[in-house]
Amino acid sequence: MKKMKATGALAAAAAAVLALSACGSGGGSAEAGKGEISYWLWDANQLPAYQQCADDFTKANPDITVKITQRGWDDYWSTLTNGFVGGTAPDVFTNHLGRYGELAENKQLLAIDDAVDKDKVDLSAYNEGLADLWVGQDGKRYGLPKDWDTIGLFYNKDMLSAAGISEAQMKDLTWNPEDGGTYEKVVAHLTVDKSGKRGDEPGFDKNNVQVYGLGLNGGGDSSGQTEWSYLTNTTGWSHTDKNPWGTHYNYDDPKFQDSMQWFAGLADKGYMPKLETTVGASMADTFAAGKSAINAHGSWMIGQYTGYKGIQVGIAPTPVGPEGKRASMFNGLADSIWAGTKKKDASIKWVEYLASSACQDVVASKAVVFPALKASSDKAAAAFQAKGVDVTAFTEHVKNQTTFLYPITDNTAKVKGIMEPAMDAVVSGKAPVSSLTAANEQVNALFK
Amino acid sequence: MTTLTRNPRSREQNPKRTLLNRKLPGTRSDVRIALFFIAPAMIGFVLFYLVPTIRGIYLSFTEYNILGDPEWIGLENYQAIAKDPLFWNSLAVTGQYVILNIALQTSLALGLALLMHQVAKSTIIRGALLLPYLMSNVIAALLWFWMLDYQIGVVNQFIEWAGLPRAAFFGSEEWAIPTQALINTWRHMGYTALLIFAGLQSIPGHVYEVAKLDGASAWQTFSKITIPLLRPVLVLVLVVTVIGSFQVFDTVAVTTGGGPVNATRVIQYYIYQRAFTESDFGYGAAIAVILFLILALVAFIQMKFLKGNESDLD
Repeated sequence: MKKMKATGALAAAAAAVLALSACGSGGGSAEAGKGEISYWLWDANQLPAYQQCADDFTKANPDITVKITQRGWDDYWSTLTNGFVGGTAPDVFTNHLGRYGELAENKQLLAIDDAVDKDKVDLSAYNEGLADLWVGQDGKRYGLPKDWDTIGLFYNKDMLSAAGISEAQMKDLTWNPEDGGTYEKVVAHLTVDKSGKRGDEPGFDKNNVQVYGLGLNGGGDSSGQTEWSYLTNTTGWSHTDKNPWGTHYNYDDPKFQDSMQWFAGLADKGYMPKLETTVGASMADTFAAGKSAINAHGSWMIGQYTGYKGIQVGIAPTPVGPEGKRASMFNGLADSIWAGTKKKDASIKWVEYLASSACQDVVASKAVVFPALKASSDKAAAAFQAKGVDVTAFTEHVKNQTTFLYPITDNTAKVKGIMEPAMDAVVSGKAPVSSLTAANEQVNALFK
Repeated sequence: MTTLTRNPRSREQNPKRTLLNRKLPGTRSDVRIALFFIAPAMIGFVLFYLVPTIRGIYLSFTEYNILGDPEWIGLENYQAIAKDPLFWNSLAVTGQYVILNIALQTSLALGLALLMHQVAKSTIIRGALLLPYLMSNVIAALLWFWMLDYQIGVVNQFIEWAGLPRAAFFGSEEWAIPTQALINTWRHMGYTALLIFAGLQSIPGHVYEVAKLDGASAWQTFSKITIPLLRPVLVLVLVVTVIGSFQVFDTVAVTTGGGPVNATRVIQYYIYQRAFTESDFGYGAAIAVILFLILALVAFIQMKFLKGNESDLD
């Protein structure tokens, strides 16, 4: 019923738009290079940086103004879809790897190859691989990279020193799916029960844990971006047969299932909270409340973790896996142009400006995210350093090329829809890891 | 909803209406005037209910991802739904929610209404009962989401002080639906009580006086007089609240999002997930049509077997 009402509202909105556009036709050509363009993003932390970019941009191009709208992640995509249908989508918007395939396929994105050629945008100036992510299955380019993120281990310095674990030790952690390596040893030792016994001491009460060694963010659904991919992908396993544009997922691989078995086992041993207890307050907030000693999380969370009062936070790189290397998912955002824009030339100019060092250096100076340009990334690292935060744990993944790409395929929303409950069931211990094989078959059936 | 709830009163107003009708001249001008007054509601009904409903039914026979054009595929969506374990799961989960929610809400509301009728005559107290209903669903859900949080929620802190183990109200598969049913019971029972209270006021006082004279006990009065005479109101309240309960969505959407695993993937949330998250509007529309039929059937059964349109007073 609700659905029907929504469709009705859409229909009405569409009708209204038709009527309006009929009246307003002739208001500037499709190629318009001046006027006001609209730009959407979802991260409120980045809004000040991009507002400054917009102001600088207007200074350099006085006939173009940029109106920035920030919407929370949960509303962002549905509002955007409504905008595509109703004709009110923004000219330029922040795009995500998990979404752009579908948008490109439905012809909602403007290919910018010609402009990139004509304006000689230097694609090699971006960190390795970031620019190529935005070339769709049809070989056309649908965005210019704006930033990237990797995964690291945030830890509570006081808990570490109380446990007698040095920060140097944290930098040298190893992991394997059989016994968890030194990573599990450290996590166990950092776990403390209500009577003060540590996780690796005899008499540890796993049902009355005061501080968990490792925090839990959720089951991780299809990507496990911050939850488990930094472990599973050190074994040589990868999500799909190829990336980008894979057509076969690998959740049935024994290598993956062994890793997940170990991961789910942590909750069983009492070293990590049970999944059911993590529905609610965010993992970062419970870390701040002193409920966990280590949290694996993305670089976009640096500001939040280091911003809590009264908690000394350090950041360590993710552990070295059985193949002798670390691994981190490498996710990047880009700015894309809506195919229906009425101000194509102005939009292209703005996207190119966003992707240029002029804007990315401004973003770097705010020390909130890592810009896509190599030179700007270094500036961001320096800006973090100036704030007293050592971000080597995140940047060394890129320097040492131990990253793997966010899995880009078709049907990502449906894959997530299938894998979310399946992973929750495994991580909560309600289903054996072998149940992932059936889920994997369901996922791969989407590609037939 | 509001038109339905006025029903109990309309009985009192009926005599006046017929008088009024008799005074009005010829039938032809009646129709015109009637159409004039109905028009605003009619336009809204056609634009926002009838057209979307028909379009929704049409979409249920198509494959449609909203950005492209709908493609007619006949009954394929319905055949897929019949084999979709998540659809059947969503029905079971929704059913569990409705039963818990309605049973608790109706019995508590009935109790509250009796108290309002006989004990709490102060307007402030009666008004206070409505307070939770004045809060938006989303706010109420988020408020409880925080208070019931496992790690840092205040309720679990009290539970621990009382020497009991903490409970994962939203996180455990056993508790997730009862928790949400309770939250919405808390929010809606004052309003439901108000509707029943209005029904209680329409029961003539002399019936109770006669019962008293005959020496009926309090329980006899309640079960033999109050409940039968309240039945038409109760049926309407049930029809309205059951339909509302079947459509639970916002509480789930802002708290558990269907999880843990599939424990709170209620039917409305599943429709939303298929249509808006996974861009499968045809499939979502087909489930919406099925829900529409289920609700129509439930309402029909309630009206038919509980004789909602007859009163024992006549």
